[in-house]
Amino acid sequence: MRTKRRSLKNESAIHFLYILPFLILLAIFAYLPLYGWIYAFFDYKPPIPLSRSPFVGFKWFASLVETQVKIDQLIQVIKNTFGISGLMLMFSWLPMIFAIFLNEIRAVRFRKAVQTLTTLPNFISWVLVYSIAFAMFSSEGMVNGLLRQLGAIDSPILFLQDSSHVWLTMWMWITWKSLGWSAIMYIAAITSIDESLYEAAYVDGATRMQVIWHVTLPSLLPTYFVLLVLQVANFLNNGLEQYFVFQNAFNKEYIQVLDLYVYNLAIGGGSYSVSVAISMMKSLISVALLFSVNQLSKWLRGEGVV
Amino acid sequence: MTALRRSTDVTDIIITILTYVLFSAFTFICVYPFYYIIINTISANDISARGEVIFWPKQVHFQNYIDIFKVPGLWNALMISISRTVLGTTLTVGASAFLGYMFTKDKIWMRKFWYRFTIITMFFNAGIIPWYLTMKTLGLTNNFLAYILPTIVAPFYIILVKTFVESTPKELQQAATIDGAGTLMIFWRIMLPICKPILATVAIFSAVDQWNAFQDTLLLVTDSNLYSLQFILYNYIKQASSLSTLVNLQNAGSTAIASLATEQTTTSIRMTVTIIVVAPIMFVYPIFQRFFVKGIMIGAVKG
Repeated sequence: MRTKRRSLKNESAIHFLYILPFLILLAIFAYLPLYGWIYAFFDYKPPIPLSRSPFVGFKWFASLVETQVKIDQLIQVIKNTFGISGLMLMFSWLPMIFAIFLNEIRAVRFRKAVQTLTTLPNFISWVLVYSIAFAMFSSEGMVNGLLRQLGAIDSPILFLQDSSHVWLTMWMWITWKSLGWSAIMYIAAITSIDESLYEAAYVDGATRMQVIWHVTLPSLLPTYFVLLVLQVANFLNNGLEQYFVFQNAFNKEYIQVLDLYVYNLAIGGGSYSVSVAISMMKSLISVALLFSVNQLSKWLRGEGVV
Repeated sequence: MTALRRSTDVTDIIITILTYVLFSAFTFICVYPFYYIIINTISANDISARGEVIFWPKQVHFQNYIDIFKVPGLWNALMISISRTVLGTTLTVGASAFLGYMFTKDKIWMRKFWYRFTIITMFFNAGIIPWYLTMKTLGLTNNFLAYILPTIVAPFYIILVKTFVESTPKELQQAATIDGAGTLMIFWRIMLPICKPILATVAIFSAVDQWNAFQDTLLLVTDSNLYSLQFILYNYIKQASSLSTLVNLQNAGSTAIASLATEQTTTSIRMTVTIIVVAPIMFVYPIFQRFFVKGIMIGAVKG
């Protein structure tokens, strides 16, 4: 009995040793960067190493709201983040509607073709999306070429340098890229709806719109809700790549979301410590947001998302 | 559902027409840019540079696809992208399979804690710059390993595999244990073959991620020998863009550059590289679509 217990204990330890190398990798690449937050409290100016940089406490956090110029800049960045994320939230129902109406199409081949072809853009990188944007909308691109051939314009329209609808165009690129793919989850959810609900509705003489409204839509709402919660939790995380590739001297003011701003501050301007300070606040707020929406979801629906 | 007779009224017909029109339009918008770039890479470069190839190719030639490899750095970038995709995918799939399997075992010291330790990393991140500073401290700038090491342990894929393993009959493992097979033996001889379908899904996702990765090169690499295809493409576009902006500001009119049909222009290089970068995705996606879909489904169920 005793030896058996010991062998069990050994086995458990050996198994742990098997997974240990992976846990170490995780510790290095997911947890160690958190230690990088310490840069926010030092006056770090590379190439002087952190160990010889002076400790400055909360100086950088205070410096964010030091002068009116800095406040204005930060507010503009936050506005951009809220603007683009806000648009995404406002139209977060689009994939669901896409799925519902695609499901209504009777021609199977057409439906499958739409489903396959519209998901393709989701799997290309933002660099490729920009390359496509450039091919379509640059001064020698397709749209300007067509307009010139039609004699509609003399000089090209500089779409990509346009600074007046940046939030909207960024949202449109996101939608172009991800709408088809996001719809797939709803399409799958639709196929799992109980057939008898539809049959009952038709027996009762419901029209197609009534069936969509009273049967399909309510069945999809739980999925929608889960995705909405995750989207709210990611409100501040727009990602860097899209905004980085689309940014230029002309649209910079309106395209700088928090992730891009943080990058530009550090890599472009060398202000690592300030950048880390903003990063740190952003991460903390994001985690708090995740917890709150999860809690809210627990109250409202009796179950959390995470 | 289809067997039942639908009540047809006018709104119904209008809705039907509208859905067909809108879906056709959106599908067209999704596909046409790819088509546009392809026909431009095989058309005469001078016509293409003027933006006059819109519906079908003009003066077809394939010289661009030969010349493109004369562009300095492109061949090397292709090799970098291929190696990181192959190596990174192999290691990620291996690690996800192993950890996904191990986390189903009861006999691991503090298993629950370590599982949470792994999964929770999906929900926070330190931020781009703290990550960059950490990588720099670790000596992972201008280092090929920076493309591989951070991607090996991927919590989402571990969840996928774990869910799959849990759905397989426990008797298989028990029988093998009675036959005297150890944990590693069971993993290698039994779990890997059984998990093939889910591992295919993981492989396809992770390969696309590796191929598309751009941010790590942007932050961590200044050595042009380590540039990936994505990064090279980005550089070409930015060069072309500054060039054309300059030309535009100068003569604010037609940007036509007189050149021979096969002489390389910024446009032809840019578009040909674009096709080379996008081609693997375009070929892989339709074939493996079901694996992608499966991935998102299981992911959705497990949240």
